[in-house]
Amino acid sequence: MAALAPLQRWLFRLGQDNTLPIILTQRRIFILPTRAGLLFGMALAVMLIGAINYTLSLGHALVFLLAGLGLAGMVHTFRNLAGLSISPGRATPVHAGEIAYFSLHLANQRREARRALNFRFEKGNEATLDVPATGSASIDIPCPTSQRGRLDPGRITLSTRYPLGLFCAWSYPHPRLSCLVYPRPLKRPLPPPVAVADPGFTRGAGGQEDFAGLRLRNLSDPPRHIAWKAVARNVDAYPLLVKHFSGGAGEELWLDWALLNDETDEETKLSILTGWVLAAEDAHLSYGLAIPGGYIAPACGATHCCTCLEALALFGHEESTRS
Amino acid sequence: MKKARAPDHLERASVPWLLACAVSTAAPHTEHLPLWLSAIIGVALLLRTGLWLKNRPLPARWLLALVVVATTAGVYIEYRTLFGRDSGVALLTLFMALKPMEMNRRRDAVVIIMLGFFLLLTHYFYSQSIPTGLWLIASVTLLTATLIRLFGGPQPPVVIARHAAQLLLQALPFMLVLFLLFPRVSGPLWGLPQDAHSSRSGLPENIAPGSISELILNGAIAFRIRFTGTPPANSVLYWRGPVMDEFDGRAWKPAFLGRMASPQIEARGESIAYELTLEPHNQRWLLALDAPLELPQNATLSMRMQALAREPVRLRSRFTLRSSTDYRAGLEETQQILSASLQLPAKGNPRARTLAAGWQQKHSNPQAIAAEAQLLFRQENFVYTLNPPLLGENSIDQFLFETKSGFCEHYASTFVFLMRAAGVPARIVAGYQGGEFNPIDGYVVVRQSDAHAWAEIWIAGRGWVRVDPTAAIAPSRVEQGIAAALPEGETLPVMARIDLDWLRQLRFRWEAINNTWNQWVLGYNPDRQRELLSRFGLGDIDWRGMTALLSALCGLALLGITVWTLWQRPRTDAAHRAWQRFCKQLAKRGAPRREAWEGPLAYASRVASVRPDYGDIVHRAARCYAKARYGNADGASMPALREAVRQLPNRWRFF
Repeated sequence: MAALAPLQRWLFRLGQDNTLPIILTQRRIFILPTRAGLLFGMALAVMLIGAINYTLSLGHALVFLLAGLGLAGMVHTFRNLAGLSISPGRATPVHAGEIAYFSLHLANQRREARRALNFRFEKGNEATLDVPATGSASIDIPCPTSQRGRLDPGRITLSTRYPLGLFCAWSYPHPRLSCLVYPRPLKRPLPPPVAVADPGFTRGAGGQEDFAGLRLRNLSDPPRHIAWKAVARNVDAYPLLVKHFSGGAGEELWLDWALLNDETDEETKLSILTGWVLAAEDAHLSYGLAIPGGYIAPACGATHCCTCLEALALFGHEESTRS
Repeated sequence: MKKARAPDHLERASVPWLLACAVSTAAPHTEHLPLWLSAIIGVALLLRTGLWLKNRPLPARWLLALVVVATTAGVYIEYRTLFGRDSGVALLTLFMALKPMEMNRRRDAVVIIMLGFFLLLTHYFYSQSIPTGLWLIASVTLLTATLIRLFGGPQPPVVIARHAAQLLLQALPFMLVLFLLFPRVSGPLWGLPQDAHSSRSGLPENIAPGSISELILNGAIAFRIRFTGTPPANSVLYWRGPVMDEFDGRAWKPAFLGRMASPQIEARGESIAYELTLEPHNQRWLLALDAPLELPQNATLSMRMQALAREPVRLRSRFTLRSSTDYRAGLEETQQILSASLQLPAKGNPRARTLAAGWQQKHSNPQAIAAEAQLLFRQENFVYTLNPPLLGENSIDQFLFETKSGFCEHYASTFVFLMRAAGVPARIVAGYQGGEFNPIDGYVVVRQSDAHAWAEIWIAGRGWVRVDPTAAIAPSRVEQGIAAALPEGETLPVMARIDLDWLRQLRFRWEAINNTWNQWVLGYNPDRQRELLSRFGLGDIDWRGMTALLSALCGLALLGITVWTLWQRPRTDAAHRAWQRFCKQLAKRGAPRREAWEGPLAYASRVASVRPDYGDIVHRAARCYAKARYGNADGASMPALREAVRQLPNRWRFF
């Protein structure tokens, strides 16, 4: 099979598409009979022999009509793909082990709808879509993920059997697609916050007015500061949390690579860090991330969370971490 | 927009489509299937419909297998085989009804559709008439629509049906090309099963009282004739079928005489050329007009002057013949035939024998004896009826002296008996008499109800002479046909009784259409194909040339469909086109070019600020365009826009 690869590449025009949108021309569409089509062909052959043997003139006509139907169906199957325009959309980042969805935008200039278009990555399930007449539609194609990093799902197999199921037309559009895959999260208790050595880093004296997030409870915290709602969300996993008011204690939550020295595997460390980031974000804590090669200053909010997760996803990869 | 559909899962909503397919392909077969099988098929389909309505699970596999085994055994008991034509059709229909019971995936549904296409073909074993053809076209459309439903997901039924019809229309050119040019092979490729040609009606091989009158009730067409010249009068149209010369006291049959040469036939009048299209009757005789002079290549003249085909006629076939109604035949008849034509049973019917012996003594020439017999039929109160009383052992005596009512076979048989008893060689000829001229297409139609039996006597020096004793009792039978001859109130096929003129016209038209259908669609055989091709100057084309032509035309049709379906300009709005043209023209005249993102009104004000001389017209055009494209179409904006485009002043440049 390996020797056939260049031939395959030439025949099926494999390779990435750099011009957008991708328009499916006849040179890119391939068509072969399906199993149903072969069954149909065999049935026609038997019927023709029957018609000849019994000299059934109408039998001849029926067989020929069905043969014509098969051919017309073939043209229609081909035409269901021909001229379709495809442009890639974005893909929401996922954690390794989850299914990433790559979205595609399809535009149809023809006056007939294109029906039952099946999209599939080399691995992953099929997604089916109809594109209305002179309209457009979007589809999310699933692709399973196994490891962190940037996922290139490879070429798409776009196939259709519409209308008669006797032929299958397919094409291999290969738009530039990529999806950020975060490490698989591992649930561990959050590390304790650390006291800040540098006083310049603190944000003023402790106050009672401005809510600034949550932190783990120290024994000295007054009971009315306990964030019962946040605790109730995750009764099992975390110790009691208290509302942290700005100007309060001079300590910060650092999710630090160095805290995980007893773990040997790098990926496990990343997974634990990911779990911490998620837990901290979930608890509305303010947190910072420190990994070899850089750190991200403590903050909270969705954007901060994404920045941290991206840094973890790409750790050791081309783009490395940011500071 | 996104739908999650497992690829091979059978949607619940496509089940009624499949059930409709099963019904439409299986239902016409119930006409000839045994009742119990039709009942099982009906119950199975009803049950399946019930399960669908109540959304209940399908029955277990083992139960289904049990039903299949039991019913297959039933089919075997019914037909005594599983591999005959009829039993095969029965099994296929049965599977069609049972398969929906184990239909879980789309694959099962595809099997049902393929089975449906196959079942459609089997209908042609029983009927290839125009209504069958129309029903099958409807069924093919339904099956195609079901495939579209299966592979295209839910759509309104009307849309699916339209798409199916469109596909079938596109299939038509292929069908025509293939039908006309596909090299036709005549005859079966191998031996057909025993029951391939069962149940063909036609003249019987032996004639007993009642055997012709049974046929009279059958309005089916026996054969059609097209005369090259004007059709002769009905009274001379005697179509010769089986000839019988052995009598066993009750029934007549041909005597076994071995092979002998056919008698000389000498035409005395003009000869008549005609083409005879014979419906299959599973016998060898061709029903040539008495007496045949020239026969087609694949037929011979028998020693009893019958035109016989080499093989029994099992398909509708055309024969070109030439006959003469005025002839002398068998002047030098062989001794065997003459003695066979005098044979009588050793005993029985004593009164008839005595009567005939009296005639023999009275007259010396056979003509006088025959005239005596005909006189007897005419003078005594003989009745011509389809429902004569039953006859006992001495059937001739009983008929002649007691019941005195009968049909043509009674008269012919009694007449021949009397002739033989009087020493005149005589025999019975069965066939058809008369026919109906269809003014629409010029064919003469002969039906089963025109079946007739008459007699032939042999006279030295004159040969075989036809005597029709029925003509003595009911002359109108020979001149006007069966309906005129029978008394009122006797059952007759509807076809023969119609008096209403417009109804008759309608029937003529319908039969003419049927005949064209038969001649050109059903009878399209290698000969017809050659005939058609030679009309286009391709008379000497061989199968290789034909295949090449066929492929070329099919390729052309495929190309045509491809171009037709693919070549579709993307629909752009008329207003948009006009606006684009306007902007282009404006740019040529020195106004700033419109940017792709620029709206009409914004562009207009930009143009107006740079080129105030165009300000008025560009504002007008932009307003019209905006209104036609985005506003309520009031019908006035489009013409106004076009007007603005036209009014652009001729191109000139300032610099």
